[in-house]
Amino acid sequence: MKNYEVTFIVDPVLSGEEIKATAQTYVDHLKSEGCKIVHVDEMGLRQMAYPINKRTSGVYYCTEFEAPNGEFIDKMELALRRDERIMRFLTVKLDKYGVKYNEDKRAGRIGKVTKKKKADDSKKDDRRDNRRDDRRDRDRRPSAQKQPSKAPAKAAAPAAAKEEEE
Amino acid sequence: MASRDDIKFLSNPKIGQKRKKYCRFRKFGIKYIDYKDPDFLMQFVNEQGKILPRRITGNSLKYQRKVATAVKRARHLAMLPYVTDLLK
Repeated sequence: MKNYEVTFIVDPVLSGEEIKATAQTYVDHLKSEGCKIVHVDEMGLRQMAYPINKRTSGVYYCTEFEAPNGEFIDKMELALRRDERIMRFLTVKLDKYGVKYNEDKRAGRIGKVTKKKKADDSKKDDRRDNRRDDRRDRDRRPSAQKQPSKAPAKAAAPAAAKEEEE
Repeated sequence: MASRDDIKFLSNPKIGQKRKKYCRFRKFGIKYIDYKDPDFLMQFVNEQGKILPRRITGNSLKYQRKVATAVKRARHLAMLPYVTDLLK
């Protein structure tokens, strides 16, 4: 058994029911080919980074499935290509880490990982700040080195002044 | 006059040193890079949407390859732009 994942973008101009029907067609198509559907993820209407077929948004669907072999993929892709309602699609074979990632994502465990990633970002930011501080320090360093020699002199001067007052 | 031992703390001794780069995927044990997560992939592209080199991201070769694949897949699905300006 091999794990695959097919992501496709449905034309958003269609009505909600038609969009769902389109996605269902391909899920049924996969089932009829003897695949086991693991999960159908409806990612919803999203803004696209660039226009496709003069549309700036699309409805994303992601279907994960297990298949005994990959022979039917050509057929499925041909059907997707001929379908005018599908704007774009991508079929990917998942490795074991991909399968695990999708499981974790469904279980809501990926949030923690993204937090880690975010923590990583904040660290990065801190690092940048530190670096800037370092730079400032570096500029200040010559004066900082001079200070110790000056400081005792200053400290001595008031003391001398006090002595004079007395 | 104070002894010279405490003077070394007035300047940061680590100023001249380079910070060691590391691969975040190895460090945090991330094995799979999702092409459907454009916000995460945004960290590995520059303002024009070009993939950043390893010398800047610090990724190991294995994960840099995976990042590149994921970015290219995301571009195909219009989650990341192919060409742009002022992405960030």
